[in-house]
Amino acid sequence: MSLTNEEILHIATLARLRVEPEDLPRYAEQLGSILEYVAKLDELEIDGVTELAHGAGLTNVFRQDTIAPVEADVRHRVIAAFPHREGDLLEVPAVFVDRTE
Amino acid sequence: MDTAIEMARDVREGKRSSEEIVQECLDRIEGGNEKLNALLGTFDDALERARGIDERRTAGEDVGPLGGVPVILKDNMLVKGERCTAGSRILENYDAPYDATVTKRLRAAGAVLIGRSNCDEFAMGSSTENSHYGPTRNPWDTDRVPGGSSGGSAVAVATGFAPLAFGSDTGGSIRQPASLCGVVGLKPTYGRVSRHGLVALASSLDQIGPFARTVEDAALALEVIQGDDPLDATTVAGADASIPELLERDVKGMRVGVPKEYFLEGMDEDVRRTVMDAIAVYEKAGANIVEISLPNAPYALASYYVVMPSEACSNLGRFDGIRFGYSSEGSTLLETYERSRGEGFGPEVRRRIMLGTFALSKGYADAFYRKALKARTLIKRDFDDAFKDVDVIATPTSPSVAWPIGEKFNDPLAMYLADIYTVSANMATIPGMSIPCGFVNELPVGLQLLGRTFDEYALFRAGAYYQSVTDWHTRTP
Repeated sequence: MSLTNEEILHIATLARLRVEPEDLPRYAEQLGSILEYVAKLDELEIDGVTELAHGAGLTNVFRQDTIAPVEADVRHRVIAAFPHREGDLLEVPAVFVDRTE
Repeated sequence: MDTAIEMARDVREGKRSSEEIVQECLDRIEGGNEKLNALLGTFDDALERARGIDERRTAGEDVGPLGGVPVILKDNMLVKGERCTAGSRILENYDAPYDATVTKRLRAAGAVLIGRSNCDEFAMGSSTENSHYGPTRNPWDTDRVPGGSSGGSAVAVATGFAPLAFGSDTGGSIRQPASLCGVVGLKPTYGRVSRHGLVALASSLDQIGPFARTVEDAALALEVIQGDDPLDATTVAGADASIPELLERDVKGMRVGVPKEYFLEGMDEDVRRTVMDAIAVYEKAGANIVEISLPNAPYALASYYVVMPSEACSNLGRFDGIRFGYSSEGSTLLETYERSRGEGFGPEVRRRIMLGTFALSKGYADAFYRKALKARTLIKRDFDDAFKDVDVIATPTSPSVAWPIGEKFNDPLAMYLADIYTVSANMATIPGMSIPCGFVNELPVGLQLLGRTFDEYALFRAGAYYQSVTDWHTRTP
């Protein structure tokens, strides 16, 4: 199976990855050869086979919805890892603003 | 070189201090790491922590089963306050805000964490060439790869930087480098060890496990890190029964399965002979060698290369240039995402994100992702059937010995094929262990032992017996 440039750019947008035009032939070749290998799965009879979820058979694991305290030190370190912040406030780019205007 | 068990005993009996042992390891790292690039950093508090253990021992306290023993962690496990890069540029300035569960359990057992080891970026690779921080070299031949993705941890144990190191295994990332570096590497049953604080690659496949020189050390390490954890809902309660002492040095009557599908085309003839010689050791000891069939084995790698990238692209969604890690601001939010991820991730990570996104995308999810999950059921069923007749399965760990650096770097499919014998254990969630079983052209070969889910003991019994009658594991590069 091979992918067109249009398909590769579509996947890149879904994946939120910038792909440079000069990289397109390499993606086409490498993804194509992997997908060709993966197509081996078409040989399998899988009608009626269930999908594997957990080896030991766990399905849903529930717990009480309780608030667990976080150590102040850990909290500070998590905040410190945030690229943009003001004191304890975390700063994120606006979702609905087009800054190109 | 001493084992972890010997070091812990020396510390407990006051024969040597932990400080002395840790200093020796730090000296070896100082002398050897520049060439090998196995470690990305050592921890400044290592000697202080070692002295703390010594003081507690002097005061008559029990310092734990790994009291005073130096250990190394792959750089994708969090150690509070220390850098954790996962081999990626996107985390080059990231300091862990908390300890992984494995880190906590090692500390509680008295282990002294001394450094973090190099790996393929986000554990994606079979050679440790995909690290943003340069490739790790194989100590047996420094022009060759150490395997991967936990190559740094394998090299660290092979060269005596520490008696124990930890890695993560998603498709062979502990067992394959263990094989290529001549050490023991264990991937536990999925659900035995908590993944909390492990940088996620593929959450239904990832499992943390030890590298060691001896099977006994690996067993002790597993005993320390295993157990269910409220912070990882996929850990299995009750699976943390204590692993019995390995007094049994006997494999008489043990049923050893040899899958015919694992000895077909594509494997190095010398590797095949070396592994068959290792299996003959069991036969000589009175084990029953049984030819078995795993008919869906030829589909394991293909289904793995759908399931793994699908989960990986989802897990790596958190690297958005906003919450933590590398950030490259664009004029729109979308551009910030695309730039941060495009510049922060290396080529193999981008490739797998693309592959996974494709396999999950509208119109393709049934043909790829869901089909691969069904194939996974068939692969697991093969093992369930086989384990009705055998206690362990013996296979090669890797189809070849270590290859020259660069040889497979630009051919992803050739690189993926290096995992052909290891991915099945992850897909079937069963435990697997590689032990050194000989050399081809002075490069180590590994024997892979696979067992029933939560029956690591069978692997330890078979592995410890093998090491009691052979001396491959005592060779050093």
